[in-house]
Amino acid sequence: MTKIELLSGNDAVVKAAITAGCKFYGGYPITPSSEIAEGMAKELPQVNGKFIQMEDEIAGIGASIGASLTGAKAMTATSGPGFSLKQEHIGYAIMGEIPLVIVNVMRGGPSTGMPTYPAQSDVMQARWGTHGDHELIVLTPCSVQEIFKLTIEAFNLSEKYRVPVILLTDEIIAHMREKVEIEARSEYKIIDRAKPTVEPENYNPFDTKHGMVPPLAPYGEGYRFHITGLTHDHTGFPTSNPDLVEKLQERLRDKILDNKKYFNWYEERMVDDADIVVVAYGATARSAMRAIKDARLNNIKAGLYRPITMWPFGYENIKKIAKTAKMILVVEMNLGQVKGEVERAVAGTKCKVKFLGKANGELITPAEIGTKIMEVMNV
Amino acid sequence: MYNENIFHYLRTNKLPHIWCPGCAHGIITASILRGIDKLKLDKNKTSVISGIGCSGRTPGYLDMNTLHTTHGRSLTFATGIKFANPKLTVIDVMGDGDALAIGGNHFIHACRRNIDITAIIFNNNIYGMTGGQYSPTTPVNAYASTAPYGNVEPPFDIVKLATGAGATFVARGDAFHVALMDKIIEQAISHKGFSVVEIMATCPTQFGRRNKMKEPYQMLDFVANMAVSIKKWNEISEEEKEGKFPVGVFVDETRSEYCESYEENILKKVQRGEK
Ligand code: SF4
Repeated sequence: MTKIELLSGNDAVVKAAITAGCKFYGGYPITPSSEIAEGMAKELPQVNGKFIQMEDEIAGIGASIGASLTGAKAMTATSGPGFSLKQEHIGYAIMGEIPLVIVNVMRGGPSTGMPTYPAQSDVMQARWGTHGDHELIVLTPCSVQEIFKLTIEAFNLSEKYRVPVILLTDEIIAHMREKVEIEARSEYKIIDRAKPTVEPENYNPFDTKHGMVPPLAPYGEGYRFHITGLTHDHTGFPTSNPDLVEKLQERLRDKILDNKKYFNWYEERMVDDADIVVVAYGATARSAMRAIKDARLNNIKAGLYRPITMWPFGYENIKKIAKTAKMILVVEMNLGQVKGEVERAVAGTKCKVKFLGKANGELITPAEIGTKIMEVMNV
Repeated sequence: MYNENIFHYLRTNKLPHIWCPGCAHGIITASILRGIDKLKLDKNKTSVISGIGCSGRTPGYLDMNTLHTTHGRSLTFATGIKFANPKLTVIDVMGDGDALAIGGNHFIHACRRNIDITAIIFNNNIYGMTGGQYSPTTPVNAYASTAPYGNVEPPFDIVKLATGAGATFVARGDAFHVALMDKIIEQAISHKGFSVVEIMATCPTQFGRRNKMKEPYQMLDFVANMAVSIKKWNEISEEEKEGKFPVGVFVDETRSEYCESYEENILKKVQRGEK
């Protein structure tokens, strides 16, 4: 039976995480994400799960990775500066292929920035914050309902691909309260990581014999294995053999990119006949939706493209739009992060890329977007 | 001390180890294994975790659930592993720079939390793997690659630090007095709560070479001479204590353990429907 609740975005993360089967939360308080920690502290014991407030952000994600290795679905949440601190261990989880969900409720930066004001300034940090070449999955919801849905998907993708998945929300949708429809747990597709089927003596944690994502055994169940942040071979032990390192690097990339079609999520509104397509995500997409409707009333053929999967980026989706639209207007609460990716996507087409961005802690309003649409369309 | 019973705990196909000839890390690793063997720990239920540095390579040689983590942060992973599955015996192997410089915050909080993990610090007074830079335990006036005129920073006293931070088992041994080391490591692993064992170790390659002790026996002599039993320590003068460290067990007390506290005070309460 569908239950209807009035929830904030941060509350929805908590509810959805429990639905997804999350059993561990390690974190550190930071505005505007703290309600997630508070909610998990309350809810996890109800499902025999564990909550721990660690000594810092690095420790919060470290503990979550450790817990994940025992087989528990684990999560941590943070915001901008805390997200910076977590980058070291995001890289570790990528290299060790350890499932983990990280929520980053974006706020204004750089540095302490504007703790209680919204921003969308961590799109690139989510992609490239940790060092080294790597792929990971980043999701950008735009409503409380979608936060609920994508939190479950974040756990699913992370378990399925043995990769950290980042849920990138912003202060607006995190603190906004909205109606959310919640189904019984059995109505949701819940994915648990594959466990090994081979005998313990034949188990290798990075063995790709049966696919690009090897099964991960939990510590303590007879499969004794080794994980390191060093480059390693299929057994998990360090190697610097260039051929083996190359194989590892390529697989870490390809296991995400080759499967991208399964999570290439986006929303399009009135794009087919549009002369101008607004590209916006998160809270900003809500203003953009209103702005394109208003523009249509003024006889401007406007549409919206909203990336739901931010990374890997939907270059091909945008390229398709660029074939028919004259112009793309990127709107985001930063000084131009997704804009650069859109420019890469449309390169070689006639479609022009325009930009409306703000990083002053203010929401971009429908009116501002509307004015910009008029300006760039010369009306 | 030769003991064939420990061989089955080793991943012999990963040997020989990478440590330099004369390094104490192998001596300490064997001592840990003798402790594990004496306690008859099930290797399927034992997890050995490390940070980065020469000590960080220890888990790789042990046929258990092993994790080579990031520099200084091994205790955070260990905390997650133990808390998520308290049935595992968790041993965390760290170096001095690892545990006390970059990992200092994690170290004191693990002590305070009193989670049932055994932290064994291989204290060789130097950053070995990165090339002999001074660490938080390098003695004053000792030479290091980043202290070419001698070190001016006072070192941490690991025992006092761990005691002050609330660890419920705190001991110090040295790589020379192996019988004592065996005893305290075994005691530390069987202790319920956060146990800290400092082993004064040797690094002939990076510390010894710069401090007129390039031969491994000179370095072992050095740690052997620094070690004074607690009983004797209480009898000697302040002058005689200069440059020496008491060895033995300093703290062995019972205080509620973190995982048990969570189970008793939170999980059970919730199950009973109490607030
Ligand atoms: S550098 Fe020092 S600590 Fe490292 S293996 Fe060599 S002797 Fe041992």
